[in-house]
Amino acid sequence: MTLASSTQQVCFLVLAAVVVGGSLGVVLLPNIVYSAFLLGGVFLGVAGLYLLLNASFVAAAQVLVYVGAVNVLILFAIMLVNKREAMAEIPGLALRRLLSGLVCGGLFALLLRVAFTTRWALPGPLPVGEEATIRIGEHLFSDYLLPFELASVLLLMAMIGAIVLARRDVFSSDVITGEPADQGLIEKSRTPLLLEKPAPTPSLQETAP
Amino acid sequence: MSPDAAIPLQAFLSVAALLFCTGVWGLINSRNAVRVLMSIELMLNGVNINLMAFSSYLDGQLIRGQVFTIFVITVAAAEAAVGLAILLSLYRNRETVDMERFNLLRW
Repeated sequence: MTLASSTQQVCFLVLAAVVVGGSLGVVLLPNIVYSAFLLGGVFLGVAGLYLLLNASFVAAAQVLVYVGAVNVLILFAIMLVNKREAMAEIPGLALRRLLSGLVCGGLFALLLRVAFTTRWALPGPLPVGEEATIRIGEHLFSDYLLPFELASVLLLMAMIGAIVLARRDVFSSDVITGEPADQGLIEKSRTPLLLEKPAPTPSLQETAP
Repeated sequence: MSPDAAIPLQAFLSVAALLFCTGVWGLINSRNAVRVLMSIELMLNGVNINLMAFSSYLDGQLIRGQVFTIFVITVAAAEAAVGLAILLSLYRNRETVDMERFNLLRW
């Protein structure tokens, strides 16, 4: 991709503003649904930055995986756990925020100092530009073959683990000891998550150990 | 990048550093468990921008940073799936997403 340098600079400034403002919104906005949508905006802005770096394949992967999968997953999780609850006040919360803000600001200053005082070996070798996708394919099937295969195993493990963790089966008896399970758990597994739960009946409370 | 690059390398590094620090702040201060996961994604994206910038400016022929970025994206997807499943399971057991009430392992 060959753009005039002024066009590149304008694109970079716009994308950086989107990324930085979006990330601040993700962290600071009180409504978490807005945060999730802003997170999608941040991911798209990062994909734009990758395009500015001549990495079209990684930009496409970023859009597909982050915006298409991770962000949608987060939105589904918000939908599933969306209970409006008044969180209990914590003493010293403002002080904690201030202190952690100072620490993060210090980290930021340190990173900036490293970035601006190090003598990078610039200009580096001539970039491959549009051939980046071909190079990535060669890497993945020669010197990065083992990590590539391990990544597939990792994804399979994550998929099975997520299914096992998130499914709602409750056995009627304990698998190991054979004792009958807690009736409250079985009742809970039959109740859909999104319904308003009725007040617990006294009889259930009594039978529960 | 060509030797007279339009955008200096430090500009990318600064954006990445700001994204990472925002993620760290959100990770520490969020009360909502879903927002903690979102902050982790922000941090991973900051790291990815760093990798991509270095790969393009300093390693233009063997773009190893881009391969690393692809692996990071893969691991991030797996992490998000497992993390949200754990969150769902936690919510089912504790009926809250408040991080301050997940204190079963506090010493």
